[in-house]
Amino acid sequence: MMQNLLRPFGFEFFRNGLIVATFAGALCGAIGVYVVLKGMSYIGHGLSHAIFGGFAASSLLGIDFVVGAGVWGLVSALMINGVTRRRVIGADAAIGVITTASFALGLALFAVFGRRGRSFDAALFGSILGVEGSDVIAIVILTIVVAALIFVGYRQLLFATFDPDVAEASGVRTARVDAVLTLVLATAILATMQVLGVTLIAAALVIPATVARMLTDSFGRMLLLATAVGATMGFVGMNVSYHLDIQSGPSIVLVGAALFTVVFAATGVARRTRLPALA
Amino acid sequence: MRRQPLALATDDVTALIELRGVSCAYNAAQVLEHVDLIVAPGQFTGIVGPSGSGKTTLLKALLGTMAPTGGTVSRATGLRVGYVPQVETVDWSFPVTVAECVLMARVNGLRLPWPSRSERAEMHAVLDRLGIGDLALRHIRELSGGQQQRVFVARALLADPQLLLMDEPTSGVDARTRHDVLHLLDDLNQTGTAIVLTTHDLNGVASHLPHLVCLNRTVIAHGEPTEVLTTDVLERTFGARMEILEHNGMPIVLDEYQGAHHSVVAFRRAAS
Repeated sequence: MMQNLLRPFGFEFFRNGLIVATFAGALCGAIGVYVVLKGMSYIGHGLSHAIFGGFAASSLLGIDFVVGAGVWGLVSALMINGVTRRRVIGADAAIGVITTASFALGLALFAVFGRRGRSFDAALFGSILGVEGSDVIAIVILTIVVAALIFVGYRQLLFATFDPDVAEASGVRTARVDAVLTLVLATAILATMQVLGVTLIAAALVIPATVARMLTDSFGRMLLLATAVGATMGFVGMNVSYHLDIQSGPSIVLVGAALFTVVFAATGVARRTRLPALA
Repeated sequence: MRRQPLALATDDVTALIELRGVSCAYNAAQVLEHVDLIVAPGQFTGIVGPSGSGKTTLLKALLGTMAPTGGTVSRATGLRVGYVPQVETVDWSFPVTVAECVLMARVNGLRLPWPSRSERAEMHAVLDRLGIGDLALRHIRELSGGQQQRVFVARALLADPQLLLMDEPTSGVDARTRHDVLHLLDDLNQTGTAIVLTTHDLNGVASHLPHLVCLNRTVIAHGEPTEVLTTDVLERTFGARMEILEHNGMPIVLDEYQGAHHSVVAFRRAAS
């Protein structure tokens, strides 16, 4: 049994995938706290779909995927911002139109010109097969950078997330905080797209934060818990992916959904039986 | 009743904030027009006016988060301003404890995520001063209306403000809590903190304050409650006729409906 569980660790592609998935889960878990509390979940979902258009274009043009998808994501974010500022339609509708159109354009480009470069299925649903050593280095560096940003800007981020008006009056540059958060979100989506897939990244952002929120009323503890839940989802999900031979994205999300169900039921029982709060 | 810009302190005292001919707008919608206002040290002023009269916008102009479209805003150098938001605008489901909320005041400069020993001591001192010292680890939603209001006052006080701006500090609270909040603010004002608050409550709050500004896009009148709570000023401010009674030297405002009801009751008593 134990030998069977440890067998995949002998393969380099699995070790790479496991490291990327665990770091990606932790990264999305931490960023997801801000995304969920600021009501940006739909932006995360939309940006991941928009970036797929860039993925398709960069594959066909033969340019670096990170550069192509990154520029595409940035342009999509600017277009969402521009449409929203005209106040003709709301931000949610703008995200719906622009990001879905970008996703559809990606599908159309692949349909007309055929699939080239990185795996189409991996981009949509995630795969550990395409994970390379450079992906491992990229996700580890990105996680360290984001952890450092959160450490240094923890108080500003908390204040700007909870009470942006008063934070602004207290000297926090909330516009800069929002811009950094959007940039970090877009970069995280790019870095985790290979393992999670664009259709499932939103779940990796939302589930850890939601599970953590059910377990605590403290922001600091929620941030730590969400990071741990995200990392656990990635680690366990990747192992499940190998042993059940399913794509890594669905596997990670299903582990997260199982965690959510257990915590939801447990906290519900605790409330009904008037047990002390789990926090 | 004065119509010149407020001169609430002696002329040799420097104003904390001075608004001269300030106008503010949201896109094309003009909200404030040519507002003159001086906030002096130690002042305790209530801003009254109907919904949409620009009360919150005026607070934001004083706070500096609303850029005026016209006029000038001058602030004393190094002025420390605390802001207490309307409790209705707070996200009560946000995961934040009383301690975490109050410590948000310590946000500037390079700081560790967790509070230092001295920061914790200062926070507990402020919470104790406001009578909520034992609630530091509770979630903000678990508190009563008065305690919730005190948490945000504590956050503002931790920054040691010279001026406290409060948006509807008694809205949605019961009479007892309103009484407690007013006493708390009076105590703070006695220790030298200037306070400017907005309120809809003419009898429960405004008539108890030392100074009022009646606002409807511009300053209609300002002065002591007995000077400005008059039928004429209130009609120009609220666009509705109100009756003024007096009780122990304090004005009591009755709106037209209450006045009519009062007359009916008096008529029935006389007839019976």
